[in-house]
Amino acid sequence: MIRVRLPMHLRNLAGVAREIELEVPAPVTISAVLDLLERDYPALRGTLRRYDTGERRPFIRFFAGGEDISHDPTDRPLPAAVVDAKEHLLIIGAMAGG
Amino acid sequence: MATVRVLVGTQKGAFILTSDTSRRAWTVSEPLFGGWEVYHVKGSPLDPQRIYAAQSTGWFGQLIQRSDDGGKSWNTVGNEFAYCGEVGTHQWYDGSQHPWEFNRVWHLEPDLHDAETVYAGVEDAALFRSVDGGQSWQELPALRAAHGELWQPGAGGMCLHTILLHPTDPQRIIVAISAAGAFRSDDGGESWRGINHGLVSNWELPDPHANVGHCVHNLAMNPARPDLLFMQKHWDVMRSDNGGDDWREISGNLPSDFGFPIAVHAHEPETVYVIPIKSDSEHFPPEGKLRVYRSRTGGGEWEALTHGLPQEHCYTNVLRDAMAVDTLEECGLYFGTTSGHLYASADGGDHWTVIAQHLPKVLSVEVQVVP
Repeated sequence: MIRVRLPMHLRNLAGVAREIELEVPAPVTISAVLDLLERDYPALRGTLRRYDTGERRPFIRFFAGGEDISHDPTDRPLPAAVVDAKEHLLIIGAMAGG
Repeated sequence: MATVRVLVGTQKGAFILTSDTSRRAWTVSEPLFGGWEVYHVKGSPLDPQRIYAAQSTGWFGQLIQRSDDGGKSWNTVGNEFAYCGEVGTHQWYDGSQHPWEFNRVWHLEPDLHDAETVYAGVEDAALFRSVDGGQSWQELPALRAAHGELWQPGAGGMCLHTILLHPTDPQRIIVAISAAGAFRSDDGGESWRGINHGLVSNWELPDPHANVGHCVHNLAMNPARPDLLFMQKHWDVMRSDNGGDDWREISGNLPSDFGFPIAVHAHEPETVYVIPIKSDSEHFPPEGKLRVYRSRTGGGEWEALTHGLPQEHCYTNVLRDAMAVDTLEECGLYFGTTSGHLYASADGGDHWTVIAQHLPKVLSVEVQVVP
């Protein structure tokens, strides 16, 4: 089980609390997490990654173990602390604008 | 007793205002989809309890919301807008070719004949149709074959912003795109052609009379006379008496013929309304006076409607989808400003009142009369 935090707008959209718990089969990767999120919360489809290319939306960022992993390959296993639910996978709307 | 419901899309959410048919006292809802841009909200003419909303942000992309209870509750429906076939290219600002890329939905138009069918005009410009209440969307790709390679974005993006459906002929669809022009299909969207003969764009196009490339801002018609069309172009107010085959200018005595919205009276097909602004580089009313102009003669001769509107120090704007008319016996008009005021007239424009103020920037206004 891993613990995921979403930005406020997406929590409202999905109708979930601050934290989501997901049972992700190994290997636990960003792709696997997003697949499960979109399966369990269909309202999130298209909000985190593009339909046409599957790419992360430019203003979406992923943080794990205190590191920005947004540009890592999406099939790379997440840090053990996230996989063991000791830390969250943070999905964040990037700060943008003035 | 019937209810009048005004659907307002803004830069930071949507609002629904309701009144009885006297239209004297209005209730303003709490924000819907707060913090999201809502480019358009529109109800089905066949089932007024069904309302669609186009919700988006630069962070999380496009969503489509649907209500089946008049806006009390909402559910997301389909938000995948996939261009059909080869994506292709259109003109970019510098004249080079640029790949088509979906950005957002500008306009939702529920069908007049089938309650499950709804159209979406999107940026980069294309027309999509759903036949399952918005759950899934299919492009009508023949539109982009109408010289899409020559279309180019206006300052607000390359958007399909206007969809006119014929009241009795479901095969006829008219759309407008900035900056490409107006297009018509007479076979339900299977084929399209530009309907821009008579438009002249002296400063915007190398060939001012070209069939493609005009910056059409908005179109309007009265369903009783579906071949009589009115257009607010970048510059020039235009009219067509033959479904768009030919256009002629009707700017007449307007103080400026630049503007965004245009509307037609619900019961008088030759009574048309525009809200002039000073120029393409100064998007505010001439002389700081917010005036709606009305022509009762189908254009050419215009009168300023000012009662209840600010007549000094007003430097706001009204966007293309932000004016609407209701269908009550005494036609009501509504418009919203970029500075967040919503004005209404219950007497065809003679008198105006503010029915909401200090809203976020108003992007769209629609109105329903609910039995």
